[in-house]
Amino acid sequence: MKNNSLQSSKTMNTVLTYAFLILGALIMILPFVWMILTSSKTVPESNNIPVTILPKQIMLDNFVEAVKSLPFVNLYINTGLMIFFRVICAVLFSSMAGYAFAKLEFKGKGLLFGIVLVQMSLPSQIFIIPQYQMVAKMGLANTIFALVFPGLVSAFGVFFLRQTYMGIPKEIGEAAYLDGCNQWQTFYKVMFPLTGTSVAALTIFTAVFAYSDLMWPLVVNSDLNMMTLSSGLATLRGQFSTNFPVLMAGSLLAMLPMVILYLIFQKQFIEGIASTGGK
Amino acid sequence: MKKNKLSPAALREQNWAYIMVAPTIIGLLVLNIWPFLQTIYTSFCEHLGFGNYKFIGLANYTEMFQTPEFWKATWNTILFCILTVPVGLFLSLLVAMLLNAKIRFKGGFRTIFFLPMVCAPAAVTMVWRWIFNAEYGILNQMFGTQIKWITDPNFVMISCAVVAIWSNIGYDAVLLLAGLQNIPKTLYEANSIDGAGKVKQFFTITLPMVSPTLFVVMIMRLMASVKVYDLIYMMVEETNPAVTSVQSLMYLFYRESFVAGSRGMGSAIVIWTVLLIGLVTVIQFYGQKKWVNYDV
Repeated sequence: MKNNSLQSSKTMNTVLTYAFLILGALIMILPFVWMILTSSKTVPESNNIPVTILPKQIMLDNFVEAVKSLPFVNLYINTGLMIFFRVICAVLFSSMAGYAFAKLEFKGKGLLFGIVLVQMSLPSQIFIIPQYQMVAKMGLANTIFALVFPGLVSAFGVFFLRQTYMGIPKEIGEAAYLDGCNQWQTFYKVMFPLTGTSVAALTIFTAVFAYSDLMWPLVVNSDLNMMTLSSGLATLRGQFSTNFPVLMAGSLLAMLPMVILYLIFQKQFIEGIASTGGK
Repeated sequence: MKKNKLSPAALREQNWAYIMVAPTIIGLLVLNIWPFLQTIYTSFCEHLGFGNYKFIGLANYTEMFQTPEFWKATWNTILFCILTVPVGLFLSLLVAMLLNAKIRFKGGFRTIFFLPMVCAPAAVTMVWRWIFNAEYGILNQMFGTQIKWITDPNFVMISCAVVAIWSNIGYDAVLLLAGLQNIPKTLYEANSIDGAGKVKQFFTITLPMVSPTLFVVMIMRLMASVKVYDLIYMMVEETNPAVTSVQSLMYLFYRESFVAGSRGMGSAIVIWTVLLIGLVTVIQFYGQKKWVNYDV
């Protein structure tokens, strides 16, 4: 008798758990579904009262309209190049510095690492006006370089990879050193290959962060052809303030590449971003 | 460490170290430390155009403190934190606990909850503007209401808070889930022999054990919320009549610095925001000892 009631309360718990999870998942996913459905509607159709859920037809007109008003090919290329260069810089420079801070002895180490910590504790907006003035003075506004500029070095990357290198036993480095490697060879032949998971995490974090960033691209690249997907969408919003089917189509186009990457590398994305948590 | 008397090997090591940190340190000095000092200086200056500045002492600050729009933006930022952080944390913890149960499709659920994290705020806010649309939006149609979610000063902040919470739940839940998974199962087993109920178990085991993670997530979320800009900017454009009811400090900073061109005032606003973030750090420092249970 007692066993039975225990069993049924357990089943009850499981049912409730699933009910809440499914409800939550629906709340998360329905806005995206609504986006897809609306992107295939005409304007009068989307403005129907009462609301019609399914579009009458599957059509790409809104996507064509979005691509006509916004140079999406350029936006993809700009965003892609910005991400590519930021990732290369973050991984390369942060690995070098992270290794040095974790494994090497040198004078002024504390002070120099202090600079890294200062940057990490300040909001990026505090740098924006002077950074913009530098780019403008160099005459490099509206270029790919301008988009990459604040991401040339990554204090967070240094901090994150330093922790990774500290977790590698120093005997491994010493063995390589005794085998005749110098510090540089020890770093890039022996130690760097051991940090794959962290480098992947930093790559994903840097990419998603750069892709989402809005203020810097808006400030530095005002030419429509040199915008990123994010800042381009902000412009589209102004152009089609009431034509929601086109806005949904444009948003879908902007989201698609990252979402596809996410669905392929779910585990790496989630664990990577979670392991970099805090920034 | 004997000064000036390094062995040749140690000297070589030191030289390599300098070479390896050089790109980062030079980059940080040029891109961050120097701009940081410049922003402090600029906040005491008037921008004359074309990057020319005139020192005007505290005038930007005294003007700022006399501007109602500035105080409104400060209050909006604090209100945004109050509306989003506690509710967001509660829901994230709930989702994390549900995901921590023995269920199927755990990975699938996790992927769905985490999805907004990889979508640019610029893109997801677009669909929320459509959902919240006063005339044809599905929300008003569903509930038969006629609320102007985005243009009514009384509702606009709540609408933005909803979008913010929705965007961040998955991320916070994943961090909290990691904290929950670190709680030893034996603690629960010992406890259930004592016959303790689920609710009691939550308060005696789960909450104290997860409190360090919860605290870290809270501080992180607070820091990010003080700096909120993109979500509000995309939800509420500058021409929206309700913009002053939701405009955050960073939104005001953007408008002052890059739309109005008064970079001195913009710098003063960003310095003020840094002070607010400093306040969060103080909470972190003292709160840690008080609320977080580390001795387990």
